[in-house]
Amino acid sequence: MKALTFKQGIHPEYNKDLTKDKPLKNAKRPEEVIIPLKQHIGAPLKVLVSKGDQVDMGQKIADSDSFVCAPIHASVSGTVKEIRKVTDPGGNIVDAVVIEAAEEDFLNSGLEKHESLDQLDAAQIRKIIREAGIVGMGGAMFPTHVKVSVPDDKNVDYVILNGAECEPYLTVDHRVMVERPKSIVFGLKALMKAASAPKGIIGIEENKPEAIESMQDAVKDEENIEVQALETKYPQGGEKMLIEAILGREVPAGGLPLDVGVVVNNTSTAAAVADAIRDGKPLYERSISITGRGINSPQNLIYRIGTNIGDLVEEAGGLKEDAAKVITGGPMMGAAQKHLNIPGVKGTSGILVLVRDEVEDYEPSPCINCAKCVDACPMFLMPTQLVNYAKNDMVDELEEWQVLSCIECGSCSFVCPAKIPLVHHLRLGKAQVMAKKREEN
Amino acid sequence: MNNELIVTSSPHVRARDSVQKIMWSVVIALLPAVFAAVYFFKARAISVILTAVAGAVLTEYIFQKIRNKKIAVKDGSAVVTGLLLALTLPPSIPLWTAFFGSVVAIGLGKQVFGGIGQNPFNPALVGRAFLTAAYPVLMTTWTVDGVSSATPLSQMKMDGIATDTWNLFVGQIGGSLGETSALALLLGFAYLLYKGYVNWRIPLAMVGTVFLGTFAFGVDPIFHLFAGGLMLGALFMATDMVSSPTTKLGRWIFGIGAGLLVVIIRLWGGYPEGVMYSILLMNTAVPLINRYTRPRSLGEVR
Ligand code: SF4
Ligand code: SF4
Repeated sequence: MKALTFKQGIHPEYNKDLTKDKPLKNAKRPEEVIIPLKQHIGAPLKVLVSKGDQVDMGQKIADSDSFVCAPIHASVSGTVKEIRKVTDPGGNIVDAVVIEAAEEDFLNSGLEKHESLDQLDAAQIRKIIREAGIVGMGGAMFPTHVKVSVPDDKNVDYVILNGAECEPYLTVDHRVMVERPKSIVFGLKALMKAASAPKGIIGIEENKPEAIESMQDAVKDEENIEVQALETKYPQGGEKMLIEAILGREVPAGGLPLDVGVVVNNTSTAAAVADAIRDGKPLYERSISITGRGINSPQNLIYRIGTNIGDLVEEAGGLKEDAAKVITGGPMMGAAQKHLNIPGVKGTSGILVLVRDEVEDYEPSPCINCAKCVDACPMFLMPTQLVNYAKNDMVDELEEWQVLSCIECGSCSFVCPAKIPLVHHLRLGKAQVMAKKREEN
Repeated sequence: MNNELIVTSSPHVRARDSVQKIMWSVVIALLPAVFAAVYFFKARAISVILTAVAGAVLTEYIFQKIRNKKIAVKDGSAVVTGLLLALTLPPSIPLWTAFFGSVVAIGLGKQVFGGIGQNPFNPALVGRAFLTAAYPVLMTTWTVDGVSSATPLSQMKMDGIATDTWNLFVGQIGGSLGETSALALLLGFAYLLYKGYVNWRIPLAMVGTVFLGTFAFGVDPIFHLFAGGLMLGALFMATDMVSSPTTKLGRWIFGIGAGLLVVIIRLWGGYPEGVMYSILLMNTAVPLINRYTRPRSLGEVR
């Protein structure tokens, strides 16, 4: 099988060996969980419980009538201790429900269990996905039922599962693909049915041969599902890159994969869909890689949403003496954290700890026009030029030169020999254009 | 853990390249040409090169000092400029002239625009253009082994005498310090290409255009490839990152444009050489070229 890929991009060091062979295991059950009430892109939720309430694991604790949202469930059985503000891994201050865990957990989600997809129609599947609070688990946290709700004027012919896991270090999707291939395939078939898509493709980077083999084995009797090897290159797992690589289709600027007949989901998301349909299990736990040279014993854990990431770090042997930076997510797009006292959420796929030597103090020097950023950008933007415009508040030029197409993948900053924080300036540039657009409306 | 956690925006890992690494790699890439110069012109080459480099570095230092900027001479960019300028000078040039050329190259060619990254022109070429205008005689006196001789290009232009191709390629000819051995220059260029620190489109387009252009007008294209400063200019000056386009298409246009200008100047202009002015002229067009060759971004409709 010839490995496919997109144009441009970069080759960072992958460092997956730290955890790629560590089987997923359940993290210690937390004594307390702090569950942020916004873990999706979309409308805010209303809290459904109050202080002192007894809740069961899987019970819905927040929801809304809006279409674009994903409800939130208790991740342990226990007592609601309080509702208070908390800082989430994205740095936002949000309401959170604090639950003190009881002795034992009882799954009580109200979701029915379905052995097969045969008795379910597309709308029912979407309903289950919504009720289970499933969002994109690669980090974007976009509600999955919205993704597979195809408008009448659009036709979807492919559901692509993203098993690229192109972020260095992370091995979560890898482990799920190796250990739970059948669940992923079941979830994929559900997503295909929900979106009325006849075909499914699972794209996996070549640096994960075990995952490719495992998934190939799981789909060998499936007529409409294929496994496609992808070249190991960052950001191969970007939605637009995946679609370009696998189908040669270009998602129009400002548009969605739907516009070219595609829905993209993460492999772990597909497994979560399977759990919801077959086991009536909402998204209250997920897998995570605790990794990096600053961690004593790197591993892959399954943890309850709302677990303090400090506890997860402890479970992986704690921080090393020279730990200098803690990142939720991967090194390319993840967020650096000031401290470990934050709850893990549905999109938290990794905790990466870098040591002092790996965290150079990059002092930016002037741009030497080397064009390495231009040659790296998977969106074919001109980062150096855009940053110039952003620094000089040239909003019209920013818009004309397509700053809004920037996916903030970080490839440009990665390659820049002058160590200019290009992505940082690009974010500011995007904000400028958005502000202008809002003003015009 | 007894230290504060560091918080910066993503990405949290970076490639190992740095401006300093790139510049010093260019210095390394110029070494074969330097050795060739020393081989052909002996001690004279050493003193001219050292003087020019010293002039460049000193000027850079003084400007940074006066402007209270961070002293960044160790980034190697001034060394590159000094070296490049030296390689365009005739071996018989008085040392003070070489020194002065470097002062102008860094001062007028680079620092007045705000230092590294800001210069629209290749600084070494600015220095050389200045010297050519101010001291035309010194700049066109060529000697090999103490015997003065004309360069192959002026022999060709003035007297119609051609030079043996092999000598042109290896460097047994009259000319500037670094112009004589195409072989040495290509070796250095290959090294930069291997490191990924240079783009190949500009030199290929430029050299290719000169080759096809001279061929089309019925003169010996091989001769024009290896004679004079074309190789040095195309491989190391037109490719100067700061003053060349950032788009792929732009690089083709830049190279073809410079190549055409070389052909025009060499065949119909008053100068036997033409590389320097060709590149400088194209430098002025870079902002325009970038503007009109912006690639279509993924998914953009236009
Ligand atoms: S400009 Fe945006 S899309 Fe392009 S490399 Fe930089 S971060 Fe990625
Ligand atoms: S990579 Fe950095 S130095 Fe090179 S052109 Fe882009 S911004 Fe400038």
